[in-house]
Amino acid sequence: MEKSLSRRTLLGMAAGVPLSAALAACGSSGPTKGGGAGGKASYWYLSGQPQEGVRTGALEAFNKANPKSKINGTTFQNDAYKTKIKTAIGAGQAPTLIWGWGGGTLRSYVKAGQVEDLSSWFDEHQEVRKRLFPSSFGPATIDGKVYAMPCETVQPIVLYYNKKVFDDVGVKPPQSWGDIMDLVPKFKAKDVAPFALGGQSRWTNMMWLEFLFDRIGGPEVFAAIFDGHKNAWSDPAAIDALTKVQELVKAGGFIKGFSSITADSNADQALLYTGKAAMMLHGSWSYGIQKHDGGDFVQDGNLGFMNFPPVDGGKGDPGNTVGNPGQYLSISSKASAEEKKIAKEYFIKGVLQEAEVKAWIKNGSVPLLLGTEKQLAASDDAEFLKFTYDIASKAKTFGQSWDQALSPTAAETLLDNIVKLFQLSISPKKFASNLNAVIGK
Amino acid sequence: MSSLTHHAPRSGRRGSLLPWLAAPALVFFIGFAVIPLVGVFALGFTTWDGIGAIHPSGFDSWRAVLTDPGLPHALLVTFGVMVASWAFQTPMSILLGTFMAGRQRYRAVLGVIYFIPLLLSSAAIAVAYKALLNPTFGLGAGLGVDWLSKDWLGQPGLAFGVVIFIVSWQFIPFHSLIYQGGVQQIPASLYEAAQLDGAGRVRQFFSITLPALKYTIITSSTLMVVGSLTFFDLIYVLTEGGPGDATRVLALDMYKRGFQANLMGPASVIATILVLVGLGLALLLRRLGGKDAAASQLEGA
Repeated sequence: MEKSLSRRTLLGMAAGVPLSAALAACGSSGPTKGGGAGGKASYWYLSGQPQEGVRTGALEAFNKANPKSKINGTTFQNDAYKTKIKTAIGAGQAPTLIWGWGGGTLRSYVKAGQVEDLSSWFDEHQEVRKRLFPSSFGPATIDGKVYAMPCETVQPIVLYYNKKVFDDVGVKPPQSWGDIMDLVPKFKAKDVAPFALGGQSRWTNMMWLEFLFDRIGGPEVFAAIFDGHKNAWSDPAAIDALTKVQELVKAGGFIKGFSSITADSNADQALLYTGKAAMMLHGSWSYGIQKHDGGDFVQDGNLGFMNFPPVDGGKGDPGNTVGNPGQYLSISSKASAEEKKIAKEYFIKGVLQEAEVKAWIKNGSVPLLLGTEKQLAASDDAEFLKFTYDIASKAKTFGQSWDQALSPTAAETLLDNIVKLFQLSISPKKFASNLNAVIGK
Repeated sequence: MSSLTHHAPRSGRRGSLLPWLAAPALVFFIGFAVIPLVGVFALGFTTWDGIGAIHPSGFDSWRAVLTDPGLPHALLVTFGVMVASWAFQTPMSILLGTFMAGRQRYRAVLGVIYFIPLLLSSAAIAVAYKALLNPTFGLGAGLGVDWLSKDWLGQPGLAFGVVIFIVSWQFIPFHSLIYQGGVQQIPASLYEAAQLDGAGRVRQFFSITLPALKYTIITSSTLMVVGSLTFFDLIYVLTEGGPGDATRVLALDMYKRGFQANLMGPASVIATILVLVGLGLALLLRRLGGKDAAASQLEGA
């Protein structure tokens, strides 16, 4: 029946009996066009409005302008995509264009030789490179070589707050960690949750640690972890940050039932714009979602936003930020020459063209394209866009989200333990020792 | 049924044709069950991230899984789900099945209604319950009923209970159907005799219905117990194994290791353990049925 035991066969086998349920759960009815098939190129990207519309629009515009080199697009929901794309790449069924967040996951693709080295292509096409934020190339670069084209938007994590709730309670936005802890009982007394949190999604909790690590110990703390230093999670600054997060949980800082709320359904953001929660730490993309879903909430100027406040006595620069310096498009090394050609054409003629840039700005995002200040200032959301642009361009350190920066194995252990940390079922010390065990893996 | 086979002519031609009738099923079974099983077993002795090359690594994955404190926990949760859902579903299913076995028209109508949960996919059920149980926007908050707006999926104990409840809600109709069939096969003469002897309804149930259902109970229990080993979709959508790892059953643990942490070796080890546990349980339940499993349950009819 089988000629040789290829990886695809083995994966098929592994998926066969008990794992088939797993595959079914993440939507196994993928597109029939795999990487190996000739003809049109394929492209998988994330669903969820309003971003999905912009992505689809850019793709359709490209297909219309280039009828001979069409790209087939397929959309996936965020968390399902992360699993799906890995499985597809492992099975040699990757789409031509692989959408991702760069960093540790991209590194694992590179190690397996599954994505094209684009260094020489970027050398030949300096004009493509020079259009974009220089900082966006960080997560696309693995061991000095560029493996992905930055695309879409820059997404720092922002502390959002509901101005109306703040007015009702009669308090001011926090200027320090101490202020945050002082605000908690005041909001609770009025039956408002201090912070909305989609804790089941796990990376939502992680953003808290990213900021606290930076504000308390500076970017060096996570850099040491990233570089694989032994016991780097046990740094006193790290333990302090972990302890502070648990103090906030114990004080009732997060919405009741946060462990069962998912961010994919935008339920955490609904808590903020319905006034059930006063504040929320979330990605800059949430602005567009709240504008889209929140009725008049954003238009009426009720949404406040600020960078994460400093922690008293902390070493980190309060201007630093964390989040996604960009999104990334890689080309599957398994794609045919023709498909690769179409994909590279898309980098030049498809990514961040005028209409797409306009669409991103329209829904409140900052494209990672240089020289858009005027367009940003002219938009309805000028205030938020300028805020994002300034944070992204002025931050001394723009830390990449940990779960993207680390290898998938280390990231899974991290996310798993973060949930337990927020559940108060493990101590900061136990958290550190659990994670020290996967440093460098 | 049996009378048909007795009367059929047993020609040599027919005998040689019969094995071929089993061939399609056999091919499917080998292709989709035996070969993958061998593959999973082999993968357990390798290191593979699902993307790159596969490296043989002996017992590394086995050692990693067996020394991980997550394994006993996942086993405990799995057996917890198994025992609790069995203990809840079996009495409910027997009672409902006995009730539906009655020939009255209203019972037939109710039987159809009970059947509805079985028509829904697990993922859809999970999404619906998740929305209903949301403490801020769900049923409790919507109706203003305080005791309903608990953090159902956020507290380890509650989340476990919710999983058992939803699993039972989904599968009780199926098992009721099995019991309904079982009850309807019990000869009416037994009940008539009992009534003549003055036995009441409760006595009839415990002295006739329940003993006569012995083999139906074994069948249904086997399905429940082995089926509960593979609960995945419902729990994955509902809690993703959370809060923390309170509802992380073996199947979910396997998925998380394999597809989220890119550790296909250890994931395959867990798959192997799952298969072994499942086979062991199925065997055990057959033994529990006694050695006379082939004997008629209609003795005395």
